[in-house]
Amino acid sequence: MRELMYREALREALDEEMAREPSVFIIGEGIAERGGSYKVTEGLLAKYGPGRVRDTPIAEAGMIGVGVGAAIAGARPVVEILYVDFAMLGMDMIVNQAAKFRLMTGGEGRVPFIMRTQGGAGGGVAAQHSQSLEALFYHIPGLRVVMPSSPADAKGLLKYALRQDDPVMFLEHKHLYMTKGMVPDGEHIVEFGKGDIKRAGSDVTVIAWSNMIPRTLEAAEELAAEGISVEVIDPRTLVPLDREMILRSVAKTRRCVIVQEANRRGGVASDISSIIMEEAFWHLDAPVGIVAGLDVPIPFNLALEQASVPQKPGIKAAIRHALHLKPVALAAE
Amino acid sequence: MGDAKPAANAPSRAILEKIFRTAYKIRVFETEGIKLYRQGLIRGYFHPYLGQEGIATGVCAALKEGDYIASTHRGHGHCIAWGADVNKMVAELLQKETGYCKGYGGSMHIADIKTGNLGANGIVGAGIPLGVGAALANQVRGSDAVTVTFTSDGASNNGTFMESLNLAAIWDLKFILVVENNQYAVSTKIEESTRETDLYKRGLAIGVESHQVDGNDPLAVYRMTQDAVETCRNGKGPVLIEAVTFRHMGHHVNDPGKYMPEDKLAFYKERDPVDRARSALKEMTTIADAEITAIEAEIAAEFASAVEFAVASPEVSAESFAAFAANY
Repeated sequence: MRELMYREALREALDEEMAREPSVFIIGEGIAERGGSYKVTEGLLAKYGPGRVRDTPIAEAGMIGVGVGAAIAGARPVVEILYVDFAMLGMDMIVNQAAKFRLMTGGEGRVPFIMRTQGGAGGGVAAQHSQSLEALFYHIPGLRVVMPSSPADAKGLLKYALRQDDPVMFLEHKHLYMTKGMVPDGEHIVEFGKGDIKRAGSDVTVIAWSNMIPRTLEAAEELAAEGISVEVIDPRTLVPLDREMILRSVAKTRRCVIVQEANRRGGVASDISSIIMEEAFWHLDAPVGIVAGLDVPIPFNLALEQASVPQKPGIKAAIRHALHLKPVALAAE
Repeated sequence: MGDAKPAANAPSRAILEKIFRTAYKIRVFETEGIKLYRQGLIRGYFHPYLGQEGIATGVCAALKEGDYIASTHRGHGHCIAWGADVNKMVAELLQKETGYCKGYGGSMHIADIKTGNLGANGIVGAGIPLGVGAALANQVRGSDAVTVTFTSDGASNNGTFMESLNLAAIWDLKFILVVENNQYAVSTKIEESTRETDLYKRGLAIGVESHQVDGNDPLAVYRMTQDAVETCRNGKGPVLIEAVTFRHMGHHVNDPGKYMPEDKLAFYKERDPVDRARSALKEMTTIADAEITAIEAEIAAEFASAVEFAVASPEVSAESFAAFAANY
């Protein structure tokens, strides 16, 4: 095991897979000589040359579409989109082309296309650079939706993405690139659809992903001091979703809170909640709680930005609520 | 010209016959297909390629095995010119298990990846980035394959047109963009869609070799595509070819096309691409009329047998669809 930053782990995954498979190539804005805005692709141009690491003009629909076409033709393209917000310019290519090609061709055609991008609030970059848009992709049949929260998961999931044949929305978080974590040595692959228990516990299950994992783990640590045992589950991939792990944990703790950074309306948390209600209702001792972003565009002002997405006190309050603890505890927070 | 010997640079009898066969096959497919539609055997959309046969025919005759094509919602002609199996095409239109897409795709989604047919497309303009992507994949792999995307005047005002062509240009891809200018985007005439109706000029604006050709002249299209293919294989691509043409009817089978001026329609019908392919074959070779009649009969019989095949084919299976859906 070595300690790596999230961005270093992503770079290792790309490097190893480019070395292994010659049809893997990367295109994006400023990803070649500059190494990308988040330094994920640093050094890859020197190693793999300008044929396989290419800068693009600012033309998201074109570059996403070109990636999809290359994938249909049997290559393994990685298209880096600077902000998930910008992926909206390429939605036809994602939704109408990549996601549907396999079905439209009766299963013959496959699209091993990866869009790497990042989302999330917290950098003061305002409404068009801060969104968490996973629910849009989650809703579209045919897409895989991956949201790693740790360097080890980032590496293992990206390597797996480059070896499977469906279009992948690989959604990183702008605040995770510099975070560190232990990454196993040697070949490290994380299969899609396998969640991870980030912290074992017995009183309440908290399901979270991406940047909500570190925040939830901090909350769990603080609650442990009060004698509350929180189990933190990270599905790691929202599509496919590890329902089994979620249901098993909920059956054990009998209480569940879901934390998502994205705004609440029509979100993934609501869908996971509906799955739990349908499949595990009789195990529950409390309603499923959801902590989510406000249904409002993310404002620039720091205090307002923080108020718009889940913070630690809100997560702790929801956990206490699921345990029927008195509102007094809430007020004391 | 009668049965005069072909000129030195004239296409061979084999090519001329192939071009006529292809154009005629598309004509039969669309004409007979519309009858099946009227009989209720085909549901959904059906966008006939009638009147535009010369373009797919001429372009595909200049390509070789290993090359790629991407098509449009009006895609039957491209598939046929690419050499698709008519049995599997008709079966797809009749939503059968034996169709190209097992009945999951229909008219607007026929594709055959194994042969490099990236597929028809229900979204106008979408085939352009997909084709450029295939060309990019081939460049990364070091292949000399050429990719052709058939697109249209309608798509030329979509952002993907310039975005993708520009990417092909900066990367010198072996890519040919064939703009079938049939002068209507559904029902909106080109003069209402753009101030500059010579669409090849769009390519010139971003440094792409671009030409205009009479799309109703299959031989002219063939020759121009041959040059474009050579340019691409020499690493000087991409190339844009604007092929000017006109539909014989409305946008789809249920559009009477009343907005299309009769005199203009008559003008283009006088320059019918199938007739011109037939005339070229007759004038530039020693083929006998009886041979041409035999070719036509053979193609008609092939279509009739494809209909029989499709009608007799099994319906799609709910069980296999359920298994397929589990992948999602």
